[in-house]
Amino acid sequence: MKPKTGLWAAAGLAMMAMLAVAPASAQAPKRGGTLVYMIPADAPPSFDGHRETTFATVHATAPFYSVLIRVPPDNPASTTEFVCDLCVEMPKPTDGGKTYTFKIRTDVKFHDGSKLTAKDVGDSWNRIVFPPAGTTSARVSYYEMVEKIEVPDDETVVFRLKYGTTAFLPALADPFTYIYKKEILDKDPHWYEKNIMGSGPFKFASYDVGQSIKGVRNPDYYHKGQPYLDGFEAIFADKQSVRVEAVRGDRAAMEFRGLPPSARDQLVKEAGSAVVVQDSDWNCGNIVTFNHKRKPFDDVRVRRALQLAVDQWHGAPALSKIANVRTVGGIVFPGSPLAATKAELEQMAGYWPDIEKARAEARRLLKEAGQENLKFELTNRNVDQPYKFVGTWLIGEWKKIGVNVEQKVVPTGPWFQAMRGGTFDVVVDANCQSVVNPVLDTGKFLPKKVYPESYGDYDDPKSVELYEKMTHETDPKLQRAAMRAYEIHTLDTMAHGIVTPYWYRIIVARSYVKGWKISPSHYLNQDLANIWLDK
Amino acid sequence: MTVTTPDRATLAPPKDETADLHRSPWRKVRDFIRRQPLGTVGLVIVIIMFLAGALSPWIAPFDPEENDFTAMMQAPGVLHWLGTDQLGRDIFSRLVYGARTAMLVGFSAAIVGGLIGLVLGVASAYFGGWFDLVFQRVLDVLMAFPLIILALAVVAVFGTGVFNVIVAITIPLIPRCARVVRASALAVREIPYVDAARALGFSHARIVLRHMVPNVVAPFLILLSAFVGQAILAEASLSYLGLGVQEPVPAWGLMLQGGAEEYATTAPWIAVFPGLAIVMAVLGISLFGDALRDAIDPKLRDR
Repeated sequence: MKPKTGLWAAAGLAMMAMLAVAPASAQAPKRGGTLVYMIPADAPPSFDGHRETTFATVHATAPFYSVLIRVPPDNPASTTEFVCDLCVEMPKPTDGGKTYTFKIRTDVKFHDGSKLTAKDVGDSWNRIVFPPAGTTSARVSYYEMVEKIEVPDDETVVFRLKYGTTAFLPALADPFTYIYKKEILDKDPHWYEKNIMGSGPFKFASYDVGQSIKGVRNPDYYHKGQPYLDGFEAIFADKQSVRVEAVRGDRAAMEFRGLPPSARDQLVKEAGSAVVVQDSDWNCGNIVTFNHKRKPFDDVRVRRALQLAVDQWHGAPALSKIANVRTVGGIVFPGSPLAATKAELEQMAGYWPDIEKARAEARRLLKEAGQENLKFELTNRNVDQPYKFVGTWLIGEWKKIGVNVEQKVVPTGPWFQAMRGGTFDVVVDANCQSVVNPVLDTGKFLPKKVYPESYGDYDDPKSVELYEKMTHETDPKLQRAAMRAYEIHTLDTMAHGIVTPYWYRIIVARSYVKGWKISPSHYLNQDLANIWLDK
Repeated sequence: MTVTTPDRATLAPPKDETADLHRSPWRKVRDFIRRQPLGTVGLVIVIIMFLAGALSPWIAPFDPEENDFTAMMQAPGVLHWLGTDQLGRDIFSRLVYGARTAMLVGFSAAIVGGLIGLVLGVASAYFGGWFDLVFQRVLDVLMAFPLIILALAVVAVFGTGVFNVIVAITIPLIPRCARVVRASALAVREIPYVDAARALGFSHARIVLRHMVPNVVAPFLILLSAFVGQAILAEASLSYLGLGVQEPVPAWGLMLQGGAEEYATTAPWIAVFPGLAIVMAVLGISLFGDALRDAIDPKLRDR
């Protein structure tokens, strides 16, 4: 009986293998073609990934560059898995989690034909973590744990940390951390702001300001067989209607940032099976920031009242029908193990399940603070999805406790100026991150002196203390508890800001686009190497 | 030779030049309606708009700024006569309150821009010489920009909001008014009573404001009616472009912007009704302005 069972088992396994292989072979990537996609912006501020934080840069330039490690292109939604791009294999940390030694591939060439070595990798990373005077690195705060970066030889890069932390590898997989050529940077540290030359799957072909950027296949790409496309053309269009029309008319295959539900419904209705939809929670959301330097927002009672007035639980499902927001969450991305549960959220101001009780308390607090007839200006960004929807919703919620708010909508530049200059009462800010890395993503809620992109302009040593305790904790359970303490202090005790429902990413693509998978960030998985066209 | 005496019955009665002045106001209104039926339609539209704006708190059945997530994008019906928008707000109520915004911006910009243009235009004609030459060249520069482009530039500098939109639309209207008024004022300047006033030692301000301005009021009023329509259209355009009045303030252009792009096929009423309101308002003011010109201009009055 035993051999017979084994035979059946072998036959079963063979059958399963055939079934598994059959669809895979049917979906074998095809070569050729040009992917045309839309970028929902007028132009990137510069091409330099180290300096910029916008999708307009990463959507336009990621296909030209390599990075050290990244999220897996075939599973970019993973929040715990990272794979090598330029390294040979993912290193095991040594020295109590404080040293990471990366072996660098030896078969990588820049697009100008020169060899990429560990010196280039180490130099780029040193500029990202320790930017030289006169240069800007937008992500310095992510690498606060890095003590030094060494390049002992042409094939090795060593990261030495001040302390072991789970936040390091996700931070290292940031998609903006392009590897530049050291020789070029030594001559001109600003060269990459206006020029493109990397080692990624595509070589730069052309750029027409405000129009499009084009790339052609890199025949020397080190991930053998990739890229599948002959090239790509990315068209800039900040008007949503233009982008939707482009996809509907097949003038473009897709856009990678995300469309609102109405646009999805329209495209699906009109294009039917010619389009496919992928959606995902988005590690991105609007937060309401109070200017603590302006009265009466220096009064926690006023901030708390404004928080209590907002009905998140009923607002989120309704808004999700018209705007690209969906999930109610605290300071941590809801998909993360470190995120608060619904029961935990409901304990904090702004999430009470009984909204009438919350609003009664809000009115009481305003009266106590002498602000029964509170009026203020809400500064917002001139971007429909979802900024203006969120702003209008909030104004309606605050009106229900007798607060009158005038919305001041400004373009992106003045919006940043207002936040950085502190020339606002209350602002609809945003906290958008790439790799889901709550330990670092929640830095936005720290005081400005610790986290420069925090615009509330408050000092709060207790917040810093709680945050540091959380970041240094490596035990998952204890870290989760520490995160709760930091979150409760931020949102409930001090009411530093209001976290509005997290964005929801909806990507509509022509159905011939294959190989691309959605992730919780519009910054991730943008090198296009694994995309192919089933035409 | 026979001299025939004309039959008294065939003789036209001598025209009483002061007859118009002696007519009762009701008679004047009746004559206006009879002679200017389209203008009357325009006037009725303007009056309805004005009343809607002035009485909006009593006319509107709902709070125009209140979101109602249980009634999002409802089609026109018994409860919401013109339907609801994407945030569940009653479109009829927003249109009624929107009339207030349109009238406020339209009349404020037209009156302020018109009055400044009137004074500057008459002053330019009165002083003449270098002042007139330089001032007219400045006007040439300003008038080289289309109204909406200049308004966009002003909004870009001052920012958005009702007051700033009024300023943005007022500024481009000033040169347009000044140029037309100056042409009329040049003729007035040559009339002897202006010389007489000067000879009597009246100040320039008195001559301009008391003796010249009242004599160019007729073309000014016609211009003013046209300006109101232009200002309403400019406000709607700025709001549509996201540079005018901001949410949740009810304004027709803003309502159009919110609905036209995303819901044109699924909830067309969101864009159709504000669009109709803009068309009706501008058409009404335009028709009334034309009729007013015909009624005031003596060359056209008896056509």
